[in-house]
Amino acid sequence: MGNKLVIILVIVFGVLAIAQLVRVSELTAKATKRKEEEIPENENKFNANMMLIFMIALYVSFIWLMLKYGYVDLGPAASAHGQEIDWLFDLNWIIIISVFFLTNSLLFIFAWKYSRKPGVKAYYYAHNNKLEMVWTVIPAAVLSVIIIFGLKTWNEATSKAGSEYEDIEIFSYQFGWTARYSGMNNELGKFDYKLTTAENPYGIMTKNNIERSLFLMKVGEPGQNGVEMLEKQLNDRNLALSSKDRKKLEVELGRKERMSRLLEAMSITYADSLDELANDDVIVEDSLVLLKGQKYNFSFRAKDVIHSAYFPHFRAQMNTVPGLTTYFKIQPIYSSDDMKRKLNNPEFEYALLCNKICGGSHYKMKMSIKVLEPKEYLEWQKTKATYDGTPWIKGNEEKLLEYYESITSRVQEN
Amino acid sequence: MAAAAQEAIHEHDHHEESFVSKYIFSYDHKIIGKQFLITAIFMGLVGMMLSVFFRIQLAWPGESSDILNMFLGDRWAPDGILNQDMYLGIVTIHGTIMVFFVLTGGLSGTFSNILIPLQLGARDMASGFINMMSAWLFNISSVIMLVSLFVESGPAMSGWTVYPPLSALPQAVSGSGLGMTLWLISLTIFIASSLIGSLNYIATIINLRTKGMHMTRMPLTIWSFLITAIVGVLSFPVLLAAALLLFMDRVLGTSFYLSEIIVGGEMLDNVGGSPILYQHLFWFLGHPEVYIVLLPALGISSEVISTNSRKPIFGYRAMIGSLLAIGFLSFIVWAHHMFVSGMDPFLGSVFVFTTLLIAIPSAVKVFNYLTTLWRGSIVFTPAMLFAIGLVSTFISGGVTGIILADSALDIQVHDTYFVVAHFHVVMGLSAIFGMFAGVYHWFPKMYGRMMNNRLGYAHFWTTIVSGYGVFLPMHFVGIGGTPRRYYDNSIFDTFNPTAGEMILDLNIIITVFAIIGAFGQVFFFFNFFYSIFRGPKAPLNPWRSNTLEWTTPTIVPGHGNWPGELPEVHRWPYDYSKPGADEDFIPQTVPLKEGEEEH
Repeated sequence: MGNKLVIILVIVFGVLAIAQLVRVSELTAKATKRKEEEIPENENKFNANMMLIFMIALYVSFIWLMLKYGYVDLGPAASAHGQEIDWLFDLNWIIIISVFFLTNSLLFIFAWKYSRKPGVKAYYYAHNNKLEMVWTVIPAAVLSVIIIFGLKTWNEATSKAGSEYEDIEIFSYQFGWTARYSGMNNELGKFDYKLTTAENPYGIMTKNNIERSLFLMKVGEPGQNGVEMLEKQLNDRNLALSSKDRKKLEVELGRKERMSRLLEAMSITYADSLDELANDDVIVEDSLVLLKGQKYNFSFRAKDVIHSAYFPHFRAQMNTVPGLTTYFKIQPIYSSDDMKRKLNNPEFEYALLCNKICGGSHYKMKMSIKVLEPKEYLEWQKTKATYDGTPWIKGNEEKLLEYYESITSRVQEN
Repeated sequence: MAAAAQEAIHEHDHHEESFVSKYIFSYDHKIIGKQFLITAIFMGLVGMMLSVFFRIQLAWPGESSDILNMFLGDRWAPDGILNQDMYLGIVTIHGTIMVFFVLTGGLSGTFSNILIPLQLGARDMASGFINMMSAWLFNISSVIMLVSLFVESGPAMSGWTVYPPLSALPQAVSGSGLGMTLWLISLTIFIASSLIGSLNYIATIINLRTKGMHMTRMPLTIWSFLITAIVGVLSFPVLLAAALLLFMDRVLGTSFYLSEIIVGGEMLDNVGGSPILYQHLFWFLGHPEVYIVLLPALGISSEVISTNSRKPIFGYRAMIGSLLAIGFLSFIVWAHHMFVSGMDPFLGSVFVFTTLLIAIPSAVKVFNYLTTLWRGSIVFTPAMLFAIGLVSTFISGGVTGIILADSALDIQVHDTYFVVAHFHVVMGLSAIFGMFAGVYHWFPKMYGRMMNNRLGYAHFWTTIVSGYGVFLPMHFVGIGGTPRRYYDNSIFDTFNPTAGEMILDLNIIITVFAIIGAFGQVFFFFNFFYSIFRGPKAPLNPWRSNTLEWTTPTIVPGHGNWPGELPEVHRWPYDYSKPGADEDFIPQTVPLKEGEEEH
């Protein structure tokens, strides 16, 4: 309460102080017969000089910020396409900073230099087509360069992934991430949001999951009303339902009837062989683990609202959209340990952040990422089981390690 | 016919008026302009205070603040710590208020109303009644938006762009309940206000120019209002459609934007909709909106810079051309807000190209301003200071737009603080500087009194210093990969504590400047309201300007603006320091001398 009083007093006294200043200035204006519409020489000069002082202060603080906070410890781009983006960013940055300094300098220096001086009349200069042509053509030429380089990098970054890419699906929800690896066959199992249940939170499509969902939708269990249970409730004469509750149940019944019809159709058309795609998938909820040098094709799904999968250290970002699968490719080129060395920061870790407003805990929605060397990666893989509960690594480990090393060695630094 | 209609208005307005018909439900464009201005100043005050609240949270997260508790109460700031949902609510309403109510309604609404009839030599707007409707719809929508702040479940919390599904599902965030409904109602009314206002501006400019006022003799302010109005008329209806479809998804169970959603443990049966459709519709207005905000500010600064450099604006025709080019291009660049939305990357390339084209007319405008200053005889009125500030922020914010328009670079900086810094400099600061320049410049015309210059200088210098102080460091926060709309950045401590510390350092600098800047506005509020009643009486043409509004026989024109004949125009409005003239300005009403070339 005491502080509130202080705040109010500060505001009140502030206003009073300005009022007094104005009074003083009005009285002096009256005494010296000054008029507000005529700016006196000393004031004009003050503002002219301030233009110059401000310009210098602006440049000094800009350079200080650049030197001290230029990269905010983000580190070099840790992905192949990210290196291209950083190069392009530097090119653009140099161009725009030159323009920033050049035009701001002209502005403030002109303002200072051509401030009103007694006896000097302004120069009547209405247009000059040649000059205007110059500053149309030069920006156009510079922009063409920017566009050409920009589109080249953009097309490379967003082109379709080839068969050498490993597929990983990132599933986003309020407020977390889950990764699903495509397993040994490098093909992700199918999914459908209608199959989402407590046991199948990602809606993965297998015969069992379809049957289970269909059962829950048609019959139901305590805690999850199915069509039958809802009908029973609605027809139960002993159950006193308010008209509002009844309406609610009817709406739910209608929705579940529609859903179960769709699930029935899915069940009939489903080819059992598709189970194989899902069975060797590996679901990882704690952190995303990648092999250094491997090319990854990420696909993104959202459960509830739009999120954005932002990998700041890899210069990668893609929105995750309910009802639409989106894609982005990344090839990590530095392992987590490489990056710790480069930044001289043992606590560093890669991160996947949410970068599209998605609700109250948006700011806490993160998944940590580890980029490992072949040996560590294989060790990690050995601790993971596939969707049908068998170990991820079933074949010849040595051969696999050799293969991983050949992948990683492609991005070894010279 | 137009002239006869004008005379009719003139005759009609001579009877005595009551207070209500004169000041509340007035048909007079000058009163209506002032109504827009006062509402916008109040909304600006609210928007600015909201920004101070969330800046406090960002600089000192988790620390108790009496200010927050005082204004937000125990519901939204228990123990002086801001609630994380309300943080999003405040951010959303800050954005909405600033973009729509201050910089669209306040800037275009105020100055189009006050200046269009006066600078064209007209008695009033084409339709006084529609003009009044526009002002009152604006006031009503402002009130509804403010009311939404006091709803129990909170105001809209999905960012000022209100992307569905977040904005469509109350289960996803509490603000998407009643708060969001009020937001949509308020915006719908706002759009109606803006549309009928814009139609009126266009009709007036095309039909009611006085004798001799050819299109090529109109001041650049009028050109900018005309193009702004045309852009508004063509783009706001699309937002209306977007808002209506969103309303239907929320209330009637349609699936325009919703598909395959499970929220709050509930499986929704909406399928087939596309959230990206909303983004296309929204940004089809959203990007032109940027220019709806900016163009009037550029028009005002053209007028102010020319007058106070005592020189003609350099390249008058090129200035009109670039306004037209910007207005046209603004319609074919919207998807540069959506490079990482999941849209086809090829479509992205097309929008890179069109977006970067806008840099060309913008560069022309900047260099023309610079050449206007060159060899001028500059008088630093407060209006001139703000106009110069506008050119500086237009440059500094414009150049970072080149990075954001480049889709490959946007991948990294999209939705980070780099974007926030960019648009606040180029659109926020520039437009508000233009608005201040306009208020200082035309205050004598509005109220017949002068504002205090020294308070004006103090206002300008604190505003520009704190403006750059806030947004220059913010670029680096963004380059460091800090996502926007984060309640705090504590997440950085879990993967890169050094970066987390640097971001916090920068955030403290930013907040300190934001608070200084907010206090700097006290100079303005005080000066404005004090001068309305106590300022020294203004002369007829205080800035020795050429345009028609300074030729009225009384400094504050009565209803009908000119008591007798309407003035006749003989020249363009930029004959400053013309060789051969006695004075350094020649008003537009002065006939050309024999053998004198127009320009």
